[in-house]
Amino acid sequence: MKKIVIGPLTRANNSCAVEVTVEDKKVVDARCSGIFFRGFELILQGKDPRDAAYLTERICGICSSLHGAAASYALEDAAGIRPPRNANILRNLIIGADILQNHIRHQYLFSLVDYLTLPERAPFVPGYTKDKRLEKKKNDAMVQNMYLALEISRLAHEMVTLLGGKAPFPHGILAGGATVVPSADVVMNFRSKLQKINRFIRNQMVPDVYILEDAYSDYYELGQRAQNMLEYGLFPRTEQDRERYFPSGAVLNGQIQKVDLSLIKEHTARSWYAAESGPRNPSGGRTVPEREKEDAYSWIKAPRYSGMPLEGGPLARLWIKGDYRKGISTMDRVIARALETEKVGTLMESWLDELEPEGCIFSPFEVPKNAEGIGLTGAMRGPLGHWLRIENGRIAQYQIITPSAWNFSPRDDQNCKGPVEEALIGISIADEKQPIEIGRVIRAFDICSSCSTHLITTGKPVGELMI
Amino acid sequence: MANMDGSTKPLIIWLGTNTCAGDMLSFLNAKDPGYEELISSIAELRFDYLLSASEGSDAINVLDDLQKNHKAAYILVVEGSIPTRSNGLYSVIGYRNGKAWTALQAVRELGAAARYVVAAGTCAAFGGIYAAAPNPSECVSLQAVLDRKVINVPGCPINPEWMMGTLNHLIQYGEPALDDDNRPKLFYGETIHNLCQRRDYFDNSIFAAKPGEPWCMYKIGCKGPVTYADCPVRQWNGEHLSWPVKANTPCIGCASPEFSDGSVPFFEHLPDVKLPGIKVTANRVGQLTGVVTALGIGAHLIGSILTGRFAETLKKDLPRGSKLKLRQRLKKIH
Repeated sequence: MKKIVIGPLTRANNSCAVEVTVEDKKVVDARCSGIFFRGFELILQGKDPRDAAYLTERICGICSSLHGAAASYALEDAAGIRPPRNANILRNLIIGADILQNHIRHQYLFSLVDYLTLPERAPFVPGYTKDKRLEKKKNDAMVQNMYLALEISRLAHEMVTLLGGKAPFPHGILAGGATVVPSADVVMNFRSKLQKINRFIRNQMVPDVYILEDAYSDYYELGQRAQNMLEYGLFPRTEQDRERYFPSGAVLNGQIQKVDLSLIKEHTARSWYAAESGPRNPSGGRTVPEREKEDAYSWIKAPRYSGMPLEGGPLARLWIKGDYRKGISTMDRVIARALETEKVGTLMESWLDELEPEGCIFSPFEVPKNAEGIGLTGAMRGPLGHWLRIENGRIAQYQIITPSAWNFSPRDDQNCKGPVEEALIGISIADEKQPIEIGRVIRAFDICSSCSTHLITTGKPVGELMI
Repeated sequence: MANMDGSTKPLIIWLGTNTCAGDMLSFLNAKDPGYEELISSIAELRFDYLLSASEGSDAINVLDDLQKNHKAAYILVVEGSIPTRSNGLYSVIGYRNGKAWTALQAVRELGAAARYVVAAGTCAAFGGIYAAAPNPSECVSLQAVLDRKVINVPGCPINPEWMMGTLNHLIQYGEPALDDDNRPKLFYGETIHNLCQRRDYFDNSIFAAKPGEPWCMYKIGCKGPVTYADCPVRQWNGEHLSWPVKANTPCIGCASPEFSDGSVPFFEHLPDVKLPGIKVTANRVGQLTGVVTALGIGAHLIGSILTGRFAETLKKDLPRGSKLKLRQRLKKIH
């Protein structure tokens, strides 16, 4: 048996680490670690509940608008108010633009780097050189699309800026509604950018994943796991939020069920938290760091639904919606992300037509003295939940379960692996000096350690790590 | 001038510590020049914690090589605050020789051999939001753990041009003119309040009562009077389209040394300061209210602050950017 440790795992949003055990060229064990801690849930205590939207956006630079949305939904839930109709559309547009930004950057700057032969210059060198299968013409066209993707994803962030003041960390999503009046000049600028982006998605991004699929069809076999998935729903259809464009659902062994939040518990047996931190439902969750804890290997807690590790993300959303049910594997995850990007971009064009240029955008409200609220949404990487309790007008308790906590979680109290750990088991490593397969499987989840991880290849030849 | 390995472009390391990657993501929004131009014709981005093709030991080896073989030849950019709790184990860069290499160790080692050290974003520059009370990971700024000068480029996140501009200044002209907080005066020389397009509404007391209104945001929490940054004139992002006040929301002071403890609640206004001839003294008002906000002093003390004596004492006592000392001082006052 050999151990391969990869840390840092680059091209994941922030640092994370992975240790896999290889036997006869196959992965027989895997441990995923989040290797930094910031403590948002502790920092939020005592703060004005209205500040949570802007503060929690700082959890993640690539999906900030979704934290702003979850925090806003939670406070609106606690205050018993609804945003104006126009504001719901504006918030959906900001979130949509941020999702386009994330998916385009992920596909071209994070994921494709594992499959393409890139220009011989930093930061593309050094890098793995094996198993680059695309013929030169297709490879070079995709590299050109990567440079184009830099421009296109910037445009997506400019759209966030138009309606949110800046990006990341837009100010335009807050409890009560939105802040930028959708006047004709703003809508015109937004629509023009959206059309450019949608052309790129249809003409480059989606065709590129099918070119990739053609060359790497064996990745339908890598990274497989059981049909266990979770989503809370994404994009409220109206301000009343009774239905969402991408519906919620829990998929347990292939069966789609209604989400029951009481079945969620966060385990911490193998996480660097004191025993009192888990297992708990987030409504009563605790966050007590204990870095010295024995047997722990991650800063990420292990959320479980009815005791099961569920994955989230574009594949889960399309599966629950009924738009894609081919399989649960690395290539399925890659393709689902591109397809979701196309769907979101198309939906956004229709939302622009629903805006009322002079319509109301903000509902004033009183922050309740004592109340509880839950804010749920889909984010780029999966289900995102904020659980809020207010006492004396201040935040008394705030718990957040991020998508990467679901996807990249360590083992739980029953010693069951997290979803990425499961997906790594059984994959073949052709060359232990260039274990490129590991990163490909993990990055298909679009792992984010700000939201939760790292992969570790030690500097030493793998042979020295034999156990 | 050629580097030791024969390459000729300036070398850059972009390291991530306790961060959310927001500064790198913002930097990718740079336009003219953008990221592609930076890596293809301006510099060699030898290490980028987010975008490097290499991972694991290959990535760590790149850092080791720069530190050992390119002394005083590279620019070290650090994004994120530096946790000191448990000997730095609250932020690990990666694994070196089988051991966790903490952010604390990494910035000290890489910082010692760098030509310039740049703090990208408010976390690296001043501690930022992760150093907010109760500071669970005992985070500090980059400067607090280095013995050498750090050039601070704050903002949460950085505006892409603040960072691209600083890097290009270093490459073409050397160190830019810095203020007392080691921020380039080029970008942080004026308060947001003094540059604001809505300044006239402030002077004429026309205030927004809630977010979404097109008036002055002061009464709903704008920290523009105490925040030094050129957001109103530069705007965000690469295309200069908007900024928080243009989006009808208050500036939350994200580029300030006091962010975020000194900026919250975001939607509560700074203590009212009424002075005759406010137009000429607004800058001074800004400085004074900044001290007031940072300390969280009640409005009853403002009178004595404005007499000047108390403010001068405070300013003398307070090392710039030192949140810990600000808090200790606050405790003493209460």
